[in-house]
Amino acid sequence: MDLYQELILDHSKRPHGRGLREPFEGEAHHVNPTCGDEITLRVHLDGQTVQDVSYDATGCSISVASASILAEEVTGHCLAEAFRTQSAMKAMLTSRGQDEGDPEVIGDGVALSGVSRYPARVKCALLPWMAFTDAVARSGAAIPANDRS
Amino acid sequence: MGGRADEVVFTKNATESLNLVAYAFSNDVAGQAKDPRLTLGPGDEVLVTEMEHHANLIPWQEVCRRTGATLRWVPVTDDARLDLSGLDGLLTERTKVFAFTHVSNVAGTVNPVRRLVEAARSVGAVTVLDACQSAPHLPLDVAGLGVDWAAFSGHKMYGPTGIGVLWGREELLAAMPPFITGGSMIETVYIDHSTYAAPPQRFEAGSPNSAQAVGLGAAIDFLDGLGMDRVAAHEHALTGALLDGLAERPWVKVIGPTENVERGSAVSFVVDGVHAHDVGQVLDDEGVAVRVGHHCAWPLHRRFGIAATTRATFAAYNEPEEVDVLLRALDRVPRIFGLEVA
Repeated sequence: MDLYQELILDHSKRPHGRGLREPFEGEAHHVNPTCGDEITLRVHLDGQTVQDVSYDATGCSISVASASILAEEVTGHCLAEAFRTQSAMKAMLTSRGQDEGDPEVIGDGVALSGVSRYPARVKCALLPWMAFTDAVARSGAAIPANDRS
Repeated sequence: MGGRADEVVFTKNATESLNLVAYAFSNDVAGQAKDPRLTLGPGDEVLVTEMEHHANLIPWQEVCRRTGATLRWVPVTDDARLDLSGLDGLLTERTKVFAFTHVSNVAGTVNPVRRLVEAARSVGAVTVLDACQSAPHLPLDVAGLGVDWAAFSGHKMYGPTGIGVLWGREELLAAMPPFITGGSMIETVYIDHSTYAAPPQRFEAGSPNSAQAVGLGAAIDFLDGLGMDRVAAHEHALTGALLDGLAERPWVKVIGPTENVERGSAVSFVVDGVHAHDVGQVLDDEGVAVRVGHHCAWPLHRRFGIAATTRATFAAYNEPEEVDVLLRALDRVPRIFGLEVA
């Protein structure tokens, strides 16, 4: 089956950035009430730059891989870039197979493109990205307007 | 199911049925004479079990919160049977209600209803049975079991959604206040007060789900035609075959009784190192429909320290070959996720 690409399995077995670290300015705890999956995610910002994303996640391979990809793709980037990635991930995941994802924008995130064909799994992949948005908001930083042009 | 027609209240689902019963406790007008069996307050206790579906837990949490009564629960053993060793300490003269499921919707455990009813009666507590998992799978005689109320739903027994049943002993139903009020449930109405119809009409306000009730009747006729003894025996054999197959796979852990005794056809399991959603996805890809998640029994999953299980449930239409299809599909899981299995 095309859902479980090697890249997803690699990320889920050896998640990047796993663990909760200090310092952090924002923390969010999100749950998926239908399945009990949970993530606590912290962001450490230095001005407009995401210095660190750390998290503790309990979930399926899709949600853990998605958290790992998130940590890899947004750490070291400015908030504007991070939210460009966030918005591109969300667009791909909710596209019902129409959007394959642009590796230039979302990197390893393209490995999750197959998820959009499985409506029940979309929320698994979205969970860390929603927690990231929330954590940034809780840090007090302004969330850049989505610019998909 | 062993009850009389005038003891059957149609609801929209079993959740509503259970809420209807829970609502009856101490929600009547303050100061008005109430049936002592339906009063709850500080010092009183409500007993449930650790294996309840949220539908037979949260209404009791809420009624305890509103009345100041205390919620207690019977724990489960490592094979997800009720641990009755401490029942004497849990079921006391303080206990007003004991609400429990007939069959666990996760573990498949069939609870010893008669024994529990006897214990409840000995302390004067009334009993509420969640029969959602027994009505479709086992011969059910609610009056014979001795419970005071029983709830089940249509869609779990080959019937339509949007229809549930609350069965209750006539004199208890008669003592209960209405839950949802309005048309069809009245006796007389004045501008400033009303009197209410006798049960079951008192609990069936508004336009009824008549089409769904007829659909449920057809489903019950269908099950009667098959014979509940035969349905239970058929599912028991399939459950045994699956449990045997899973026992040969040490990387699978069954959450529930592994011995096929006093056991329904719900078989929930975890694969070490692979999330239930991923297991379910692989099975789905092979055409095997299972459910994954906490199955609305989160406290039971917490008891086992897990977030989710994969659950296969057999019904009258399943074939023995399908057990093999499931097991073969399951064998793909360690291969896909790179598990080291012996």
